[in-house]
Amino acid sequence: MKTFAEQNFPGRLMAVEGLDGSGKSTQIYLLKRWLEAEGIKVYFSEWNSSEIVKSATSKGKKRELLTPTTFSLIHATDFADRYERHLLPLLRAGYLVLCDRYVFTAFARDVVRGCPPEWVRGNYSFAALPDITLFFKTDLEVSLNRILEGRPKLKFFEAGMDLRLSTDPYESFRIFQGRILEQYIGMSEEFKFVVMDANENVEKQQSIVRKLVSDKIDLKKYRRRSPLPLPPAFQPAEVKEHEEDLAAA
Amino acid sequence: MNNAQTKKPCRFFYGHGIPRVKLEDLAGKLIVVEGADGSGRSTQIARLVDWLETGGHPTVQVGLKRSTLVSKELEQAQKGNILSRTTLSLFYATDFADQLENIILPALKAGFIVLADRYIYTLMARDMVRGMDDAWLKNLYGISVIPDAVFYLSVQPQELVQRNLAKNATLDYWESGMDLGLSRDMFDSFLKYQTAMQGAFRKLQKTYGFTIIDGNRPVGSITKDLRKKIRLVLAEKPATD
Repeated sequence: MKTFAEQNFPGRLMAVEGLDGSGKSTQIYLLKRWLEAEGIKVYFSEWNSSEIVKSATSKGKKRELLTPTTFSLIHATDFADRYERHLLPLLRAGYLVLCDRYVFTAFARDVVRGCPPEWVRGNYSFAALPDITLFFKTDLEVSLNRILEGRPKLKFFEAGMDLRLSTDPYESFRIFQGRILEQYIGMSEEFKFVVMDANENVEKQQSIVRKLVSDKIDLKKYRRRSPLPLPPAFQPAEVKEHEEDLAAA
Repeated sequence: MNNAQTKKPCRFFYGHGIPRVKLEDLAGKLIVVEGADGSGRSTQIARLVDWLETGGHPTVQVGLKRSTLVSKELEQAQKGNILSRTTLSLFYATDFADQLENIILPALKAGFIVLADRYIYTLMARDMVRGMDDAWLKNLYGISVIPDAVFYLSVQPQELVQRNLAKNATLDYWESGMDLGLSRDMFDSFLKYQTAMQGAFRKLQKTYGFTIIDGNRPVGSITKDLRKKIRLVLAEKPATD
């Protein structure tokens, strides 16, 4: 696997990875705001948000139809759709693409679910590697507390309930997240993750992120020269699912 | 020791397989019929089901785009022709995996005969013709269980075109490979695409070693041929004629 820069794409892709509650989404959002203000051609893409595959994914999740294999494949389908229809053309057109989660999320999660690592990696081998991958590493307890503080209703697959780790969703989530963290740590070196101390305060982390991006990417090259607006963001699937739930209620 | 005499059917996955499945539990038989639209595939399968069930064999059928999980979405996406090739390929693999885990494997475990109206080979051939990487496909479909028999009904593209037109008065967009831009003329495109598909099947045959059946012959003699071969597969429990 090669990075987009190594494949001579004019654009660059940066991904953030980490556990739920590691603060990665906040960081990438703040980064995006800064890049927009700097007049950079930037595009933000979220995991699990392809329009076409969405209805199948949410049906599979709601009705608990998914096995580790189909869970993995349907997310790969979702990723492929975003990759082929959005990411590739944007990277060809010289955009700086920011991804909230990338293939590593699948590598970690699907393997914890019991899929063979070589199989999962092989399925995603059509995708180039990010030019920068930030791994927001927190102590397990810190990220668990951030998520579990409000005692939210955890979804079946989100809590890893399909793994039968525990009948208590909160306990199941703890064990599941712990195993995912191990996978991330195991991949850190191999995929040259830039490890961020996500226990640090938000502002300080953001200034580190911004410095790192301006050091590693020649931002001048990504300035918008035309009066064209930035491409519209796609409404993430989660939000719509929530709306559907509300409508159904 | 009597164990040496009780031959347990050896079963394997093509690759990594499905997590936590015990292969030795899969006592049934998996029989696959492959072939283009108009190759007589559905006719032969219907006849085989009749024959097998009359002979007292519990039978289950599977086919492409029939999963609970994604068949509807896949149909929609195909109509709009909006998916790129990797996406479509993975979507079909999801459909296949769902049927593999929810129908094929449980049925084999229960000792049923599973008749598959196409299996991974058609999916792989379609993708190969569209330029997907062979190694990528091999890994992806490493989840699948190796069938007890695979029959590929081979019919000349010139004959396929006649049969499809006689049946529907039109050619199907996908079976003509119109997404590939081989020709703007549907008739030409159909012939070119089906020729390419046969090439892909020949290539796959070398790796997966399935039985090629000459599908240009009359329906009855093909059925006879298939029964003879399937009887061998069912060796221990011969079906009545």
